[in-house]
Amino acid sequence: MLPLINPYFGDYGGMFVPQILMPVLLDLEQAFIEAVEDPAFNQELSTLLSEYAGRPTPLTLCKNLAENTPAKIYLKREDLLHGGAHKTNQVLAQALLAKRMGKTSIIAETGAGQHGVATALACALLNLKCRVHMGAKDIERQSPNVFRMKLMGAEIIPVTSGSATLKDACNSAFRDWIGSYEDSHYLLGTAAGPHPYPIIVREFQRIIGKEAREQIIKQAGRLPDQVIACVGGGSNAIGIFADFLADKSVQLIGVEPAGLGVDTNHHGAAIMKGSTGIMFGMKAPVLQNSDGQILESYSVSAGLDFPSIGPEHAYLRDIKRAEYVSATDKEAIAAFQLLAEKEGIIPALESSHALAYALKVAKKCTAETIIIVNISGRGDKDIFTVQKILESGSIQHA
Amino acid sequence: MRNRYDEVFQRLKHNNELAFVPFVTLGDPNYETSLHIIQALIDEGCDALELGIPFSDPLADGPVIQQANLRALKHHVNTQQCFHIIESIRALNPNIAIGLLVYANLVFKTGLDQFYQMAKSSGVDSILVADVPIHEAEPYLNSANKHHIAPVFMIPPNIDFTSLEKIASQQCAYFYLMSRPGVTGAELAATMPKQEFIEKIKSITTTPLLLGFGVSTPTQILEAKQAQLDGVISGSSVIKYIDVFQSKAEIIESISYYVRQMKQATRQN
Ligand SMILES: Cc1ncc(COP(=O)(O)O)c(C=O)c1O
Repeated sequence: MLPLINPYFGDYGGMFVPQILMPVLLDLEQAFIEAVEDPAFNQELSTLLSEYAGRPTPLTLCKNLAENTPAKIYLKREDLLHGGAHKTNQVLAQALLAKRMGKTSIIAETGAGQHGVATALACALLNLKCRVHMGAKDIERQSPNVFRMKLMGAEIIPVTSGSATLKDACNSAFRDWIGSYEDSHYLLGTAAGPHPYPIIVREFQRIIGKEAREQIIKQAGRLPDQVIACVGGGSNAIGIFADFLADKSVQLIGVEPAGLGVDTNHHGAAIMKGSTGIMFGMKAPVLQNSDGQILESYSVSAGLDFPSIGPEHAYLRDIKRAEYVSATDKEAIAAFQLLAEKEGIIPALESSHALAYALKVAKKCTAETIIIVNISGRGDKDIFTVQKILESGSIQHA
Repeated sequence: MRNRYDEVFQRLKHNNELAFVPFVTLGDPNYETSLHIIQALIDEGCDALELGIPFSDPLADGPVIQQANLRALKHHVNTQQCFHIIESIRALNPNIAIGLLVYANLVFKTGLDQFYQMAKSSGVDSILVADVPIHEAEPYLNSANKHHIAPVFMIPPNIDFTSLEKIASQQCAYFYLMSRPGVTGAELAATMPKQEFIEKIKSITTTPLLLGFGVSTPTQILEAKQAQLDGVISGSSVIKYIDVFQSKAEIIESISYYVRQMKQATRQN
């Protein structure tokens, strides 16, 4: 058996999993191809997205944020999606796919808890059992989301091995699946991992960019100059980039977490500072030592605290179609505060990284520049973290 | 090279014995003790060794082997030191067949050719890369061939026939039959492969079949013998003694006793 779709993006991607998962991943690929060609599936999904999740999300022109600059900053409002982040888009789709495949249980990994929350809500809605693997450290620092997941009936599986964060939750979810694939679907939360996940997640997140493109043409009368998104594994970024890829005039910019600085040991800038490696079932940039041991990442935002990045982003970087930059904890927190103050919107700390970079661009531009920033999620989950940092007056490595 | 394996399997066949192959992680719990543990395995009569290089993210392993990886890494055991351990073992034991079980990134980051060459010169006979399935394996097979290392592949119970044929067409040291779905560990006992599955494999290859995942008791060895398999691999049930005992003497003594029991069972009918 061989994959039907090319599992590689240039040199990146592939299927680096134990042989036992190969038939499972190929079944998933087959089911995905059939589903997206089935009008009934698409109808059911689009009804869920509009009537349950609240799509389309608005594109909001900032009134005050870029004052005194010639930049116009538009926000794609995934923060208004049910669940509080873009994660819900592809989770609903994969949950439907799992049901189509006859699976009765869902496995998910989560860092910030956003993907876990999205998975829990989809499972509650669609009558699926739900197990969320979560690092013990993250369970502690994201306790409101842990409670949300439990309210919606999900079982939380604490992961204590390794660094007890997202990377270890990913390993743990895979281990679970190796033993339970007969009745369980692994609902991976980002555009990373082995084929076909990077493609499945991109296709089910494409709606972000599709809407944004139509909205900007309608609202601004033209295509944007730049589209900016934060990158953890890469799902909100690839989701908003995908429909702009053919518009060569549109600059696509991914923002990685620089943590305490990309020249310290405390960041998560896999594409800027990592090298190609094989982890989490894929070949992609990863933070690692000279032997190939995976290093722990760091970011103030748990959703970006991941030592690797999806393969398509590495490819877009190589062919120079997208550019990858970084924002520090400090810059992200400043942007978080500024958006709240100036526009009355509290963004997720993840999305604040994208916003921080957009503000830098806005300050520098000399002619009218239209920028779309993907506000991938809302910041309610982060208010305690930010409060603590602001009250202590310093950012400390968690 | 298959030579050492060929000799072992021929001898075992002649004596109507199964192979007992213990798995341990190199450098677990530390460099020193690891050397002694491996020598003890050989002294107690194991037929070949399966050795892991510690990795930060062992995706296919259960808690016991995960801990083994972490213990070794905590003592800063690196790839080069692992090869040093193998070199020392090889110097004392010219005939023992030594297999490596590694995760892809350790090979990839070092460079495939460089890694296989280092393995060869330290005395390794075979390499299994746990997260490289057959359809991604070509570059690894090329390096293996170039450096005269025999590949080993896992054969899970759900494998499709095309992949099985592709694996069977390689000059493998042996096939690692995965007894059941799931990760490594003795908590979930092995299930004997179905007779028709074994016959299907035997109809296309004469490569020896070793059963692993959840094999921890002498009874299972007898079952494997009845099922016409050529041997078993036990990892977690050996490594658990490193977890349970603190002193080197106790670890060695308990592992030696266990290996003796298991090896004895391979001779029974
Ligand atoms: C709001 C938000 N944005 C971004 C991310 C990062 O993930 P990705 O890069 O897949 O969009 C997360 C992950 O948890 C998130 O919760």
